[in-house]
Amino acid sequence: MELFPSNSKFDFMRLRRAAIAVACALALIALAALLTRGLNFALDFTGGTVAELHFEKPVELDDLRERLDAAGFDGAVVQTIGASNEVMVRLQPRGGEGAAAQTADAVLQAVQSQDNPVTLVSSDFVGPQIGDELAYNGVLAVVFVLVGFLIYITIRFEWKFAVSAIVTTFFDVFVVVGYFALVQREFDLTVLAGVMSVMGYSINDKIVVFDRVRENFRSSLRVSPAELLNASVNQTLSRTIITSFVAFLTVVALYLYGGRSLENMAESQMIGIVLGTLSSIFVACPLLLMLNVSKRDLLPKARDLAALERRP
Amino acid sequence: MLEFPRWKYALAAFMLLLGMLYALPNVFPQDPAVQVTANRGGTVDAALTERVKGVLEKAGIEAKQVELENGSLLVRLHDVKQQLKSVDLIRDALKHEFTVALNLASTVPEWLTALGARPMVLGLDLQGGVHFLMEVDERAAVQKRETALIEDIRAVLREKEIAYASVDRTEDGIGIVLRDAGVRDAAATAIGAALPELLVEDGATEAELRARLREAELKQIIDHTLEQNISTLRNRVNELGVAEPIVQRQGVSRIVVQLPGVQDTALAKKILGATATLEYREVVGDSMTAAYDALQSGRVPPDARIYYRRQLGLDGKPIPVLLSKRVIASGDQLVDARAGFNPEDGSPMVSVRLNAAGGQRMLDFTSENVGKGMAVVFIERRPETKIVDGKEVRSVRITEEVISVATVQGVFGKTFQTTGLESSKEASELALLLRAGSLAAPVDIVEERIIGPSLGQENIRAGWLAVSFSFLFVLGFFLVYYKVFGVVTNLALLLNLLLLVAVMSILGATLTLPGLAGIALTVGMSVDANVLINERIREELRAGNTPLASIAAGFDKASGTIADANVTALLAGIALFAFGTGPVKGFAVSLIVGILTSMYTAVSVARGIATLIYANRRKKVTKVSI
Repeated sequence: MELFPSNSKFDFMRLRRAAIAVACALALIALAALLTRGLNFALDFTGGTVAELHFEKPVELDDLRERLDAAGFDGAVVQTIGASNEVMVRLQPRGGEGAAAQTADAVLQAVQSQDNPVTLVSSDFVGPQIGDELAYNGVLAVVFVLVGFLIYITIRFEWKFAVSAIVTTFFDVFVVVGYFALVQREFDLTVLAGVMSVMGYSINDKIVVFDRVRENFRSSLRVSPAELLNASVNQTLSRTIITSFVAFLTVVALYLYGGRSLENMAESQMIGIVLGTLSSIFVACPLLLMLNVSKRDLLPKARDLAALERRP
Repeated sequence: MLEFPRWKYALAAFMLLLGMLYALPNVFPQDPAVQVTANRGGTVDAALTERVKGVLEKAGIEAKQVELENGSLLVRLHDVKQQLKSVDLIRDALKHEFTVALNLASTVPEWLTALGARPMVLGLDLQGGVHFLMEVDERAAVQKRETALIEDIRAVLREKEIAYASVDRTEDGIGIVLRDAGVRDAAATAIGAALPELLVEDGATEAELRARLREAELKQIIDHTLEQNISTLRNRVNELGVAEPIVQRQGVSRIVVQLPGVQDTALAKKILGATATLEYREVVGDSMTAAYDALQSGRVPPDARIYYRRQLGLDGKPIPVLLSKRVIASGDQLVDARAGFNPEDGSPMVSVRLNAAGGQRMLDFTSENVGKGMAVVFIERRPETKIVDGKEVRSVRITEEVISVATVQGVFGKTFQTTGLESSKEASELALLLRAGSLAAPVDIVEERIIGPSLGQENIRAGWLAVSFSFLFVLGFFLVYYKVFGVVTNLALLLNLLLLVAVMSILGATLTLPGLAGIALTVGMSVDANVLINERIREELRAGNTPLASIAAGFDKASGTIADANVTALLAGIALFAFGTGPVKGFAVSLIVGILTSMYTAVSVARGIATLIYANRRKKVTKVSI
């Protein structure tokens, strides 16, 4: 059984202008979302307190808010999660004041009462400084990975391939982050981890296509780059689709069964996988074409040729 | 052609065996348990077992097992609710002679543990517990030292009869304003000689000097402060009765404390925040016998009190010492304590430095009391909460312990040494205790995460469910799409998962919920290599090559691509590991290990299986089921 005809001959290169236009549009939308709405950063990055409380009996949210206000926690965000006796309380970070005042048991004490006992299901408190650090580290990690990719691909292939791969991967990540800004899903550390695994996955895809491009370039004689790129994408098409499909299946399992804390991460990965696949097929090679890639780029380096000439 | 060397088969079989062996411990679920260990004064023995059994029987709790294991009493229970009830009951019954802790007891059979196989360590989000990140206030520690130094500088200048207008703390160190510009150099030399840890420079005007702590000294202050806090915290955490706690330094000025199983964070935080202090007191009478005499006769001199040392005497009880009620110097006057070696005879010693006030009192005392004994008392104030009649009663428990008794050999003030220690280990321990009692720099909690036990269980369930389903989806797809080669792929995938779990168990890596997600993801991504191979085989077949040649070519040609693709994915995993914290690190670990194991299983093992199926057949292979 084959999901894809093996001798597909889609002319991807002809669509390249349209493809790049769509990509730019998506990137612009992502940018707009980021600028206007901004990301809904979780407390991992902003600092603050989140406490999940379990009440014996269903509880009045307004009543809770009043009690928290009275205890000095003004501006607390209170909402139910799931059942009417499961409540999540969020507090913004307050600089300067002792950490003890902001932590879970302070909240617990404020809402504890005889007739409706409360237990703490879980809580997170992150000082503002830590939040900043985590955000900084996150950005650093992404940059580190991109630079790593650049170096490795330049060595194994050639700088044009590296640039194309990096730009496309960055585009994938950017749009995923933009999506999160658009729908205002909570962006926490695990989502960042999901985004980085998307990077790994996306670059994986590009390399497979580029590998085929390299092979075709080396073995072909008088084929134009456009034709050659087309052929490469077509040849790897079924593999690309299948791998994406399988990875997507995996992540869907995570989304459905992994519980609330993994939902956002799974979502970032689902979008990332779809985008990664599409960009591998429609964007990566057109970029190569724009950079005027040719067989010469993939020839062994000059010094090897010189060494070759020196042989008797 | 399509061949697979014998030794590679052997290797694969060996890996399979190893994988099964080391992944096996994870199959054995851990029992929620209560562990009782003896403090000073208690013994773990059969009598204790009976006591505990009695307590549980009265409350109607049926334990799975109560028995002695490795020097402590282990009570295994059926579920977490039982566990939480039991720990409170037992704790109340046994009081302070024993430490009662929550624990997860492993049920892995002996022969497995003998091989070094153990289950994966569960992270806090799967076990339930508390995670604190505490930050030491560096500035406060440095300021404390600077304050002491300011007094010292004043003393030095007075001694050399150099007039000064002021010695104060400024933004970047200590500013010294002299009355006369001419003596600046003399002052600088004097200060530099007396206090070598300061870097003395010329100040803004002719009559000003600026003194700063040297870099090396600064670093040492922070290191010491962290060390003190860590050791104090460790002791206290032990008292909390937590099994397998983590108290570690993180970075330059932070301490991470992880307490699995602890639910009452309020108590935990109070205990961690307990204060310690020290007192130097005179020994009344003979340090060896006076106390015993007083105990026996029942008459204690009016100006003295009986204290107890850490060491146990011949009768197995802590040695008593009679100490004066007057305090010579106290902890907040202690500036520094360092272990070292006596320059005269090379024996271990501890050098102590007090501030000016403490130094003065020490001078007063020692001038009149050469030959007498002096002891150091270590005092800890620990808040406690007990449930009395259903209500919470808060009290403070004060423990006092004599950590050192020495004879005053000469007259000294601020700086002195304690010699006659038995070993350099004893010296460093004493130094550490002295510093711990000197009210180290305040510690702030900058991060705190609490996971309730029920959430921990839920997370485990959800995680494994997700992994199982992702596995099933993939298995099903491959069977349908690639037929026999689908089976090959699936077998390789199974081995991959097995190896992944085994490696993580051996490494002792912590499994977190994102870690489980990472495992699920690895399942999805590892098959990529197999897809590459299978597609390549199909292509070769289409191009008209013989079946065996196609299979061989498929594996060969795809391996370069697989290597490239996986190395880059590995980069992402490594970056995540380096920059991530906590649960995210767990995700990175499973991703990295997963990629590595998948590279092996997809290429080598799959090829082996394919060769098994297709090569060396008596009938010529005409069709490949793919």
